[in-house]
Amino acid sequence: MDNDQLREHFTADVSPEEISILKPLVSTSRNFFIIVFVLLGILLLGFIAWLLQLKRGLGLTGLNQPVFWGLYITNFVFFIGISHAGTLISAILRLARAEWRRAITRSAEVITVLVLFFGVANIILDLGRPDRMLKVITSGKLRSPLLWDVISISIYMTASAIYLYLPLIPDIALMRDKMKGRRRGFFYRILALNWQSTDKQWHVLEKAIAIMAVVVIPVAISVHTVVSYVFAMTIQPMWHSTIFGPYFVTGAIFSGIAALIIAMYFIRRSYHLQAYLKPVHFNNLGLLLLLMSLLWFYFTFTENLTAFYGADPAHLKVFWTKFTGGYAPYFWTMVLFCFVIPLAVLVNKKTRTVTGTMVASVFVIIGMWLERFTIVLPTLINPRLPYQRGVYHPSWIEFALMAACFATFILLYILFTKFFPIISIWEIKEGKERGIKETEDRIKSYLPEPEAEASGAAANL
Amino acid sequence: MPRWGMVIDLDKCTACQACVIACKAENNVPFSSPQEADKNRVISWMTILPMTEGEYPNLRTRYVPRPCMHCDRPPCVKVCPVGATYKNDEGLVAQVYSQCIGCRYCTNNCPYTVKYFNWFKPEWPKEMEKYLNPDVSIRTKGVVEKCSFCHHRLQKAKDKARAENRPLEPGDYVPACAQTCPTEAISFGDLDDPRSTVAQLIRSPRVFRLLEELGTEPKVYYLAEGEWHG
Repeated sequence: MDNDQLREHFTADVSPEEISILKPLVSTSRNFFIIVFVLLGILLLGFIAWLLQLKRGLGLTGLNQPVFWGLYITNFVFFIGISHAGTLISAILRLARAEWRRAITRSAEVITVLVLFFGVANIILDLGRPDRMLKVITSGKLRSPLLWDVISISIYMTASAIYLYLPLIPDIALMRDKMKGRRRGFFYRILALNWQSTDKQWHVLEKAIAIMAVVVIPVAISVHTVVSYVFAMTIQPMWHSTIFGPYFVTGAIFSGIAALIIAMYFIRRSYHLQAYLKPVHFNNLGLLLLLMSLLWFYFTFTENLTAFYGADPAHLKVFWTKFTGGYAPYFWTMVLFCFVIPLAVLVNKKTRTVTGTMVASVFVIIGMWLERFTIVLPTLINPRLPYQRGVYHPSWIEFALMAACFATFILLYILFTKFFPIISIWEIKEGKERGIKETEDRIKSYLPEPEAEASGAAANL
Repeated sequence: MPRWGMVIDLDKCTACQACVIACKAENNVPFSSPQEADKNRVISWMTILPMTEGEYPNLRTRYVPRPCMHCDRPPCVKVCPVGATYKNDEGLVAQVYSQCIGCRYCTNNCPYTVKYFNWFKPEWPKEMEKYLNPDVSIRTKGVVEKCSFCHHRLQKAKDKARAENRPLEPGDYVPACAQTCPTEAISFGDLDDPRSTVAQLIRSPRVFRLLEELGTEPKVYYLAEGEWHG
């Protein structure tokens, strides 16, 4: 589609910059439909698997006695972990006034809001009686860590949805004013909440965003801490660990950044947004990823050394299952994918490119999934008493539902990009108009004042 | 208020598994197909655990019957998000099938792995259906179950004592496993009643409990084998 055709969708006062960001909303390639079609197919397969499981029972999974939790719980922890990409990173960068955040915050925040649903969905998939799930609310017992999860995830969902929506308002208002099309207009008019860009509105919005940025940080940290508590509060070997809270939060941010880099890579490529998502963004996120990789390794090392050196027989059984036993292939692949490969790629400036960081991120995502897997399973496989040792081979039902979760997440994400700008238009504009000046002033404020410098020099004479 | 407990004398136990069968019949525990058994999905509230000590050729195996320990500090109760498992006034750890959401958190926090999950809808061969115990409810698919110390027998014993206008006597309430044991290895009664058999047996120097170090305070006691036992 050439520029003239694109312009037809907009009013006359639209700027070329706005068109370049809003282009995906008005023009759709054939690839888009192919991808949507494939994703819908996977979703359908998962839906069939789910219906079968509902009808026959969890016996259709590979779970057994004593391996009561498997892929669903692994995915629950994994998805909740990914959700740390967005809100947390965006909030920290906003509060730190990192100017390079402007182009990436929205794509990060959307990940959070969407992926949380799949975390919750996996808990529901795992329930033997999903029809009774509301009992958790009507007769919930606060002493159970699962209820702590329900509470903190609900708060996180609400807070991160608000935190995504607030910075969207000015952009929605812009689309309401500058995009043609009746149906769209109606939809945006409602969502724009009568935004007129008045000084008062800007003041309120900026205040609200600032408050939410502060609020979501402790909420996000609490969420993954509490997820880890589901395991840490039990008395089972290698689950009952004080390190799990911070270890899980670190892993969550780690996998979250990786997910964000992958999302940005595809957004940049498919929607030709190279001008906005520049190598510098990938470089900076790559450095953050490197930092988290080191931190993650530190925690993994501490966790396992403590179990090994303490040599409690129950812990050792789990330890050896991971190091040399049946779960060793998963464990060592995890170490390779989460630490060795990302380290090699990300320390070198030459490989810390757009493609390089993306490749490292793909390894990290797979590695972090394996991390969740090797936390959940080896403990369950080694009960304390001499039962038949458990084995676990997930069934096709579990794999189908896992694929469906990933497919539906991607589907919702790309649908979002078709209704809302994935790069914040007003924040980029603000960066140009105010950010440069403000940053310059801020840097000046760190340095000695010219007069002070002069008088200091005079005093030294 | 009584505190119900069990003592299992390993010296007397021959590992004949009569208790295992009696329990299944009494509590309407469904059959497992060989395929399901291969997947480790057999439900067996009472199980004989083979505990092997030492290394070949100096092996020594003891067989330990394992019901629910009915812990005084049950780890499974704490973690249940909906209160489907709780400890009642008489120390029995009960499971409420109609409340259970099937999250299996309790099964994972039981260090003794005594809790079982209904992977499918329980089924019996047609001929067996009329032999089901009317006093015990049949579980649905997707809920957790475990040994109840034959709690329904306590209800019946209490009703009977009330009808006969007398207090509950020792021996009125005995779970199916204890009743069936041909060598009388399993004793059952009120641990707080000094005259009861169980209260006397747990004073034996042979007494031990499983995984005592975890602080769960199990109410199932074992008496270790004597020295002659090979």
